[in-house]
Amino acid sequence: MADLKKQIIAQLNLQHVTPEEITNDQPLFVEGLGLDSIDALELIVLLQQEYNIKLNNAEDGPKVFSSVRSMAEYITANRQA
Amino acid sequence: MKLYIRATGNISPQNTFGQSSLSGDIIEYNTNRLRSIEPDYSKLIDVKLIRRMSRIIKMGVAAGLQCLQEAGVSNPDAIITGTAYGCLEDTGVFLQKMVQNKEEMLTPTAFIQSTHNTIGAQIALLLKCNGYNNTFVHRGFSFESALLDAMMLLEEQEVTNVLVGGVDEITDYSFGITNRFGLFKKKISSNLDLFSTASKGSIAGEGAAFFLLKMQSSDHDYAVLESMHTFYKPADNKEIQDTIQTFLNGLSLSMNDIDIVLCGRNGDVNGDRIYDHLNGTTFDGTSVVHYKHLCGEYPTSTGFALWLASGIVKIGSVPDAIQRSSKKPVKRILIYNHYEMIHHSLMLVSAC
Amino acid sequence: MSENVYIAGIGVISAIGSGVNDTLESLEKHQAGIGAITTVDTIHKERLPVGEVKHSNAELAGLTGLPESMSRTALLSMIAAKEAYDDARLNEMARFRIGFVSANTVGGMDKTEDFFSPFLSNPASGGRLRNVVHHECGSVTEVVADQLGVKDFVTTISTACSSSANSIFFGARLIKHEKLDIVIAGGTDALTKFTINGFNTLQILDEQPCTPFDENRRGLNLGEGAGYIVLMSERAVRELGKDCYCSLSGYSNANDAHHQTASSPNGQGSYLAMKNALKQAGLQISDIDYINLHGTGTANNDISEGTAIQRLFDPNYPRMSSTKSFTGHTLGASGGIEAVFAALAIRYGIVYPNLRLTTRMEALPFTPEKNFLKNQQIKHVLSNSFGFGGNCSSLIFSTV
Repeated sequence: MADLKKQIIAQLNLQHVTPEEITNDQPLFVEGLGLDSIDALELIVLLQQEYNIKLNNAEDGPKVFSSVRSMAEYITANRQA
Repeated sequence: MKLYIRATGNISPQNTFGQSSLSGDIIEYNTNRLRSIEPDYSKLIDVKLIRRMSRIIKMGVAAGLQCLQEAGVSNPDAIITGTAYGCLEDTGVFLQKMVQNKEEMLTPTAFIQSTHNTIGAQIALLLKCNGYNNTFVHRGFSFESALLDAMMLLEEQEVTNVLVGGVDEITDYSFGITNRFGLFKKKISSNLDLFSTASKGSIAGEGAAFFLLKMQSSDHDYAVLESMHTFYKPADNKEIQDTIQTFLNGLSLSMNDIDIVLCGRNGDVNGDRIYDHLNGTTFDGTSVVHYKHLCGEYPTSTGFALWLASGIVKIGSVPDAIQRSSKKPVKRILIYNHYEMIHHSLMLVSAC
Repeated sequence: MSENVYIAGIGVISAIGSGVNDTLESLEKHQAGIGAITTVDTIHKERLPVGEVKHSNAELAGLTGLPESMSRTALLSMIAAKEAYDDARLNEMARFRIGFVSANTVGGMDKTEDFFSPFLSNPASGGRLRNVVHHECGSVTEVVADQLGVKDFVTTISTACSSSANSIFFGARLIKHEKLDIVIAGGTDALTKFTINGFNTLQILDEQPCTPFDENRRGLNLGEGAGYIVLMSERAVRELGKDCYCSLSGYSNANDAHHQTASSPNGQGSYLAMKNALKQAGLQISDIDYINLHGTGTANNDISEGTAIQRLFDPNYPRMSSTKSFTGHTLGASGGIEAVFAALAIRYGIVYPNLRLTTRMEALPFTPEKNFLKNQQIKHVLSNSFGFGGNCSSLIFSTV
């Protein structure tokens, strides 16, 4: 999850945040990190680029991206070599 | 119709940010590409929002906010921007990824930031400003069109103030391409020598200059913008001279009433012939001062010129850094510029 | 300042036809121009339907006298602008001050895309420079201004999807401020890989022909084209001695200031633009006979625009429709193309149909018109154009 945090920071250009400051379970959207719909699209690209996972149903987005932990679990479950 | 320049904000290759006029020494560049001196953006813009802003957007937003801060206006009635090239960095990033990734795995941020109206839109978004918002993208007329729109809006009396600005950036890609068009000198020892080299091309510049314009005067105004006029592809030097004459006649003025001409000579031997001709005719007998050695050549450089002129009439004299023959007090400045001999503009700026 | 501004000429090209007559015929026959991508070489060719103009660049060049290597954005602009110019008989009006105020979002990007790949491999000399000569939005405008011989005033506006609505009302104000007598105003945009991919990253494109204002809408179809109207002062109209289509009686520009791309849930920017346009025109909401909706077909736009309409017009709604169901979303050209549709609506008493509408939006107490209607009492048309960056503009056209 530490790597994932670094990737999120890079993809979303979160210059003011360090990986240590993002807790595993804090909400990423609206509260917590305060991400928005464009960030969600960026995270979909991140999944594809780094983990070769295509999020087929955009409506799954809020669930998958609700926290770093939920993202990590999704990646582990769907990762393709 | 005269308008008052209540406040300014200028980011440029000189130390202009937070300054009302040019002070101190001119910064010297030994290259044909001048870069803006940028402030610490985190002092003006929420860090969480900066991440969505590429360089030109930060420049425009910061200059706009600086201007509003100076004016003591938290929410302007209208925001109008002029930019010829728009958001080149994001355009370049998206194009590059599109080509290299063969249209796969593209990200939305660069795309949405590449649209020309993003600068004006981001200022509105930051301030939650629902007022009139427009962006002009017409080469050497971009800033002038924005000014014209602002002037008409104030005359219509639907608004009491307008934030208007001109912004353009150079990126590595755009510099590489415009260089291939021969717009810039191959070699130059110093920007301070720009007008003493009889060779082709100028030096590349960039900047973001914003102004708060009002119809009502106040005790703190910089200057009066008396009038502005643009003309497109004049047939010959005579048409240029006649147009300048008509412009002054419309204000019941003659060249005798003008203390200095601030002119857009840019060091390109071809384009500068127009200024040479005017120096020997219309401008003969009037002090002529240049500005493009300070900011470089770019389509919205007249924003820098207007900032410089406003500062000069506010103080009442030309800064030492820009040499001038006479030390008469300066109350009235005629700005004349042409961009690639196609876009010609005139502005009359006077003391309050 | 002078009073009225009239529309004396119109010109249009889009997926549903080249020229006013072809376009009207398609509208009347409910014949949309949405289909497969053929002019742009993109990996999304098979998947995304678009509203393409049914002419190659070679054909467009032949019709305009411009070179085939010219940007498609300029070619489309020339066709529509020339039609408007001829319709208003501007060759007889040389003694008047004539300006050209155009709009676009892509500029010459269709050619820049061809340049970029070889340029990236070899920045020093890769790529043909002639492909980037007209990259800038303003450069495309000048190609057309020069070809038409218009030089008293030229400028270009770019505010995303509201671009040409803004250019039209900027042109009208130039006339009211007596800076010009006549302004050819509108906009153009061509399909490019850049925009297709850009919109694709936002996931707001429909993989089928779009269904604006439908409960089950899936997104927008991109389109291309150009639309211009010739605005004239009263004095110029009297001298021309021609019947005008209508007048431009109201206009307004407001900013939603909510998000970079999404519209606010209560449609604040849209609401302000429509409300202030009405106020400017001195009209009541009951005076509006037809609304040409921005109606892109995205989940977000339609509910935002619909909510704004509800806030303003409830409980008495005029007839309305989205003609983007015919042309696709022509981005910078949409305000101009839809202004031409508004002028025709007033002249022929037309209400355009909103195609492929099957299920009314549950959240809204109204539904757009599904049939092409002619010879209706259409005295005032409200035309909406809302864009990225929160740029919202509304125009009102009125009978004379």
